Amino acid sequence: MKRDVSGWGRYPRVTAEVARPRDEAALRGLLGDGPVIARGNGRSYGDSAAHPRCTVDMRGFSHFLDFDAETGVLTAEAGVILGDVIAALLPRGWFPPVTPGTKFVTLGGMIAADVHGKNHRRDGSIGRHVEWVEVMGPDGAVRRASPRDNSDQFGMTIGGMGLTGVILRCAIRMMPVASGWIRQETHVAPDLATAMEIFEAAETRYSVAWFDCLGQGASLGRSLVMLGDHAEVSDLPADRRAAPFDVPVRRRKRVPLDAPGFALNRYTIKAFNALYHAAHARRAGPSLVDWDSYFYPLDAVLDWNRIYGRRGFAQYQVVLPLAASRAGLTELLSAISEAGQGSFLAVLKRLGPEEGRHSFPMEGYTLALDFPVSRASLALLDRLDRITLAHGGRYYLAKDSRVPRAVLHQADGRMGAFRDKRAAAGLNVAFASAQSERLGL
Amino acid sequence: MSGRKIIILGARSDIAMACAHEFAAAGDAVTLAARRIETLEADARDLELRYGGTVALRAFDALDVEGHEDFVGAGALPDVVICAVGLLGDQTADERDTDASVRVLRTNFEGPALALAAYANAMEARGSGVIVGISSVAGDRGRATNYIYGSAKAGFTAFLSGLRNRLAGRGVHVVTVKPGFVATRMTEHLDLPEKLTAAPAEVGRAVLKAVEKGRDVIYVRALWRMVMGLIRLIPERVFKKLSI
Repeated sequence: MKRDVSGWGRYPRVTAEVARPRDEAALRGLLGDGPVIARGNGRSYGDSAAHPRCTVDMRGFSHFLDFDAETGVLTAEAGVILGDVIAALLPRGWFPPVTPGTKFVTLGGMIAADVHGKNHRRDGSIGRHVEWVEVMGPDGAVRRASPRDNSDQFGMTIGGMGLTGVILRCAIRMMPVASGWIRQETHVAPDLATAMEIFEAAETRYSVAWFDCLGQGASLGRSLVMLGDHAEVSDLPADRRAAPFDVPVRRRKRVPLDAPGFALNRYTIKAFNALYHAAHARRAGPSLVDWDSYFYPLDAVLDWNRIYGRRGFAQYQVVLPLAASRAGLTELLSAISEAGQGSFLAVLKRLGPEEGRHSFPMEGYTLALDFPVSRASLALLDRLDRITLAHGGRYYLAKDSRVPRAVLHQADGRMGAFRDKRAAAGLNVAFASAQSERLGL
Repeated sequence: MSGRKIIILGARSDIAMACAHEFAAAGDAVTLAARRIETLEADARDLELRYGGTVALRAFDALDVEGHEDFVGAGALPDVVICAVGLLGDQTADERDTDASVRVLRTNFEGPALALAAYANAMEARGSGVIVGISSVAGDRGRATNYIYGSAKAGFTAFLSGLRNRLAGRGVHVVTVKPGFVATRMTEHLDLPEKLTAAPAEVGRAVLKAVEKGRDVIYVRALWRMVMGLIRLIPERVFKKLSI
């Protein structure tokens, strides 16, 4: 049935034929007549998981298949939601080795986007923790691929955005943890240089900074840098030690309707950022935070994407190489500050070395910003593109909804190789998304 | 509450499976019952891995009404029985197909009613239990577009109402569930209005809540109670000319 499909940013909207197969035979029946793209829980931001001809909703494949309590290897179908994995396995002492900023993603989507978390420098992206994937190719045959066997297909699948086949099942090595709590240390950084120094010196597993985007001049890059580690039982207050995985249940709120376009402007955003900054600065220093609040602060507000109104929003996430990070970030933040188009969420993370063949991360700093879609903000993003290119930065496809084709290929030479390899194997005929067609992948 | 024994009849449906998830997550011991029960092995394994505990499987055919009493007698009597057996059919085609009509009528009324009747007798003898019937808003008034299905559901709703009346004061509680539109395999081909359409998980949560709070008749989305209330108020001589 035809439906309007969009990503989490609700921009752009694609009118797509959506199919929801429940078994391999039904999925196979969808292949062979033209391009299809698999879709998980719709948490990529732009048009990665939509194709007008056939968008395949994979949430019908959502079985846990096996869990090995000795090794921590979870085997599951691709449509399983990460939050369900945590709910099932954290009480047994296991946590995802890598998690994006929302737990409402599917495992298949995580692998397709080769997601990273606040621990990329130490633990890499999710691809490093995948034992194997089973992928349905254009011929409808299902093949297992791992770093050892069928490694070429494995390499193509990790970070392949679903453009190399449909991920059906996977085995992921979970990480043992002693509690459901994070020992957090919040640092107030008055400027970008200080924030980067804190990142470079950090020895914790997790690190992330929240920016006030409207800071100017000397306070450009004013931020809160939050470092964290999984808490040991001995870190917990005495009354929590008996049940270290029990955390308070968070009340969920839902954004009930689309905010009107005028609700977000430089003054409301400035007020929000000032309040946020003040609220956390007061809590500077060490604290214990439950896993849900630490990793998924926004998941508590269901449908938070509606605060950007009906026109949706675009996320701009790039990574700059380490050597160019300081200068590049300064230019990006200056441009945003000058334009007065601050975003609610400006997040900075330190990434470790590149691993995937076409995955986003590389050694350096990644900045992520949200902008409500408008002519002015799209013009600003074009300006940011020029800064990103000048500093050797590259783009995160899972967040992208608007980067021009030429900019993407100029920024990331691997994309041409990916396109050629897809063409040589005939994968481009069988698998395509609105994004891959927009970007020539 | 947890540790109850739950059996779900017609376990292959999306609503049944959503109930299985809710009760298993609450710590109850779930038995799934359906035809071709071996096809639910992956679902049982999934439930066990997610929530711990064990999930049992039993072969059950709602249309084998002679076998219902034996089926009930053959297993430990559960604390809660949920009947999610149902078949939407294809109204337009079924109007001229007696066999198909019989199948819709029997699957939505005779089979579920008689299966729950067998549980009702056993629970009445024991003096405790909860019976949940998944009926439908389609039974609230017969409409041209789905009256074969709707009339069978109307019969099932009346049967549940009678059971509830009979068993009140005997320790056995009866819950009638009218889900309204639900985004399931059964309705995948229909273009349903978003505000009136629940996700299966919503139905599962509503059933768990109804069992725990001792509700009698629930509409999963409150809007449906109003919609069906209004539809029932329309005089027949007007209603017959409408297409809704």
